Amino acid sequence: MWLVFHNVKALGGLTFTQVLLVFGIADVCFSLADMFFGHLDSLPTYLRQGTLDVFYLRPQPLLLQLITSDISLRRLSRASVGLASMVIALWLNDIHWSAATVGLLAMTMICSTAIYCAVYVWAAGAQFFLVNGAEFTNAFVYGGRYAATQPASVWNKPLKVVFGFIFPMAITAYVPTLALLGLPGPSWLPAWLAWTTPLFAAWSWIFGLAFWRFGVRHYQGGGG
Amino acid sequence: MIIETDQLTREFKRRGKPKLVAVDHLDIRVEPGETVGYIGANGAGKSTTIKMLTGILVPTSGSVRTCGLDPLKQRRELARRVGVVFGQRSQLWWDLPTAESFTILGAIHHLGRTELTARRDELVEQLELGEFLSTPVRQLSLGQRMRAEVAAALLHSPQLIILDEPTIGLDVLSKQRLRDFLVAERRRHGTTLLLTTHDMGDIERLCERVLVVDHGRLAYDGSLAGLSRTVGAQRVLVVDLADGTRQRIPFDAEKVTAATVLAQASERAEVRDLSIEEPDIEDVVRRIYSAAR
Repeated sequence: MWLVFHNVKALGGLTFTQVLLVFGIADVCFSLADMFFGHLDSLPTYLRQGTLDVFYLRPQPLLLQLITSDISLRRLSRASVGLASMVIALWLNDIHWSAATVGLLAMTMICSTAIYCAVYVWAAGAQFFLVNGAEFTNAFVYGGRYAATQPASVWNKPLKVVFGFIFPMAITAYVPTLALLGLPGPSWLPAWLAWTTPLFAAWSWIFGLAFWRFGVRHYQGGGG
Repeated sequence: MIIETDQLTREFKRRGKPKLVAVDHLDIRVEPGETVGYIGANGAGKSTTIKMLTGILVPTSGSVRTCGLDPLKQRRELARRVGVVFGQRSQLWWDLPTAESFTILGAIHHLGRTELTARRDELVEQLELGEFLSTPVRQLSLGQRMRAEVAAALLHSPQLIILDEPTIGLDVLSKQRLRDFLVAERRRHGTTLLLTTHDMGDIERLCERVLVVDHGRLAYDGSLAGLSRTVGAQRVLVVDLADGTRQRIPFDAEKVTAATVLAQASERAEVRDLSIEEPDIEDVVRRIYSAAR
């Protein structure tokens, strides 16, 4: 990223330190989501081995069992890069601190983490009816993560549709950064949307859980 | 009624092939306290039925109620009342000692501490788990692991126990132990038992009633004695004699015991070694079809 900025002075209308803030927020939230829900990535393994049957036989929600089957605190260390970036960026950028900006930052952290978690849930639900679906869903989970660390104004049209609204990645870090910095944002993504992250989080969860429920009902069993 | 299925059907879509009807309009009724053997060839639809009974699979059509509950809508409530043992699939935590697995399962089922301790102690004693309670599951022998699996499935004192191939791969002694335990457990708690197996010995020693399924349809529903009569299933006593020859003596297990046959054989010649061949489930099933035609 530093290489890019060594050659150009601004990316998508943001300076290096401003993009650093986008990256920091996105990365911290994604790392948190990864810690709690990242284990859903191993669902295809369970599906192939048929070990998922065992989860069905226990009197607890399936999703809860899968998440808690492994919470790795070591994933927390991955958040440190993001956290450092975020702290430095918050320090370097000219932010007009007030109760509103602190509140916005806190709300963003919670809602963005929730959105990333929801994307994990969506991806897990999709595994039930996709053969080797991980390749496909990873494009959205990890592709989304990558997209979220960039200013959304540089995206092309398909990216805007997919990561702007279906998986609202632009809302997780880019738009809140605009709002924190007092920038207007592009016309299709005004900065005031930063205050609507709870709505986007709710939408993501409805979308994610609907897929999950559909997937669970679609389960074919592991042979046997 | 502990199990009730009505025209239960499950189809699997397959790519480029016609769809497979694994379970085909199946009607089964099982009363509380019954012990039912559910047998059939590989791919006959046994596992699919069990998965629908426990809410793992969604039926294509028809209805199913287990313990009076809808397995799909009330899966979690049902899980408290049913214990399932898969012979081929572990529900223990591979890297944890057996005792730890029991503690976790107790928490998952919300068992109280006194309740858990009492039940665990009972199972540990009955299944003789004491010697390897602190050994990680991955280091257990197959026989030990199966006993631990059974204990894990019964920890929450289920009304219905479903066993899918519980004795597969076990040696004679381990099989016997497991069967004895299941008989005793049922006598003590009045538990309903449903088991699938390829082992005729399991059926003979555990089941009062036998359901035979073929291509997803019920081919036989009745007593074990009736099954033996229908197919004339015979066991074979194989004896190696002192003169080096091997004799095969078929006998009807309903009319005469293996010991009597052996005694008579010993009167005529010196027996050096012996084994008993059980009728093969596939063979029994095949005979049922030919008898029905």
